[in-house]
Amino acid sequence: MNPLTKFIFELQEISTLLWRIVRSLRNRPRYYRELLDQMDQIGVGSLAIIILTGFFTGGVLILQAYPTLQYYGAQSQAGRGVATTLVRELGPVLTALMVAGRVGSAISAELGSMVVSQQIDAMRALGTSPVRKLAAPRVFALILTLPLLTVAADIFGLFGGGIVANQIYGLDTGVYMTSVRMGVDIDDVLGGVMKPLVFGLIIGLISCYRGLNTSGGTVGVGKSTTSAVVLASISVIIADFFLSKILQTLFDTTLF
Amino acid sequence: MIFENPENELPYDNGNEVSFAGKTDDSNRIVPAIEFNDVSLAFDDQVVLDAISFRVRRGETKIILGGSGTGKSTIINLVLGLIKPDSGQILVDGDDITGYDEIEMMRVRKKIGMVFQEGALFDSLSVYDNVAYRLHEESVDEDEVEHEVRRMLHFVNLEDAIDKMPAELSGGMRRRVGIARALVGNPSIVLFDEPTAGLDPPTARTICELAIKLRDLEDVSSIFVTHEMNNLEYLSSEYAIVDENGQVLFELEGEKLCLINTEVIMLREGKIAFSGKDEQLRATKDPYIYHFIRGT
Repeated sequence: MNPLTKFIFELQEISTLLWRIVRSLRNRPRYYRELLDQMDQIGVGSLAIIILTGFFTGGVLILQAYPTLQYYGAQSQAGRGVATTLVRELGPVLTALMVAGRVGSAISAELGSMVVSQQIDAMRALGTSPVRKLAAPRVFALILTLPLLTVAADIFGLFGGGIVANQIYGLDTGVYMTSVRMGVDIDDVLGGVMKPLVFGLIIGLISCYRGLNTSGGTVGVGKSTTSAVVLASISVIIADFFLSKILQTLFDTTLF
Repeated sequence: MIFENPENELPYDNGNEVSFAGKTDDSNRIVPAIEFNDVSLAFDDQVVLDAISFRVRRGETKIILGGSGTGKSTIINLVLGLIKPDSGQILVDGDDITGYDEIEMMRVRKKIGMVFQEGALFDSLSVYDNVAYRLHEESVDEDEVEHEVRRMLHFVNLEDAIDKMPAELSGGMRRRVGIARALVGNPSIVLFDEPTAGLDPPTARTICELAIKLRDLEDVSSIFVTHEMNNLEYLSSEYAIVDENGQVLFELEGEKLCLINTEVIMLREGKIAFSGKDEQLRATKDPYIYHFIRGT
């Protein structure tokens, strides 16, 4: 199969998986307990690294931007720049990339191991749908928790930026807070929450697809995991570009 | 009735239907439990099954012999609907399942129990939760679940392991838990996929005894895939009875009797190389079969 055919085939398979997951909402059994477990593992479990990511990203943005802004006498606008960048772009994308690495790899490794040890076949033989029981709760958990994690990253990013602005560059906290509020309006917040919804779907679908289609024993599990993380990460970055364009058109926003 | 006097003509006649003496009053028994009609399957360019046809009658154990990679496990996957054939027809209890989708297959799978090669236990669940799996999925009351799980673990002599995790069990114990899990819900058809592979002879013997108990005491129809001649020996020459104390005993068929509810199919290069009784298998002049069963 040439790469293009392979790509189209995989796109078809992922779409079929998406359709089956959506259809699983219609009737029983619905696995609420599994959904809550996954939300705990994905959401609460990723919180620590997301907070760290956000905090240091906000800090480094101020670190780099402040001297340039100071040169033009615009240092009081530092908070505004950080807020806009974080809420619109860096918060959603970096959160999604961290989650793709942590959660995407865990999902594809777990499902892949179950495939090679025939646990998926056993599940089907016992009358349970692996899509309903395993894939759907993970995908929905990602869609629900990624926006929340993104907001956490944004908040701690702004906090980190404020610490750096105040402690290193001596910017007054009140000035920083005022400029932050100027940099974010409701359209930015909406867009910054809509992006994670799409990213969660992408990460969940790709990880589950790769995991459930593992072949070739333990080597296959490693390959599935790697390709799930790489594919999910690249897809997030590409999707971010198109989503940004759509949101710009939708909300008719410019940077300043 | 599981016996026939071997001095009479052997009841099995290639391709013809056989009636069980003493059981023809139950019309359901005429419908085979499993039926394959001209089933073919190829993976890429490799032909695995080439127009295979056979029947497993009610209460019969069909032993499928063959070397590695001859399609034995594929047959089991086809019965369960985990894979679909390229052509041909598969019937389970008279229902044509060839074109069934996953949802329709769920209904069929309720009457089939499957014992996987390595047990295929869910490693994040305890032995109790593994055996109770089907019942938990159906939201059965917990008291009933516990009763059923204990009953099944008693059948496989593993009651002590009820709270252990699969990682704590030996290979043979995992296999037995897999059997217990497959038997929950009292399936009328049980599929064994090389259940004794990699086990020491005494443990393998225990697994065969479980299969014999199911055949003779529970009237289960089954397919037993294996490449080990010991299993063939046990299954085709021993039978289980319950004595006056309720103990299960295993007796040899001996010279005067012949088990009619156990037959052998041998696969080779996608086709059935032999179909019949174990006595016929041993008497065959075909050089491939002759050397295969003797390991030469």
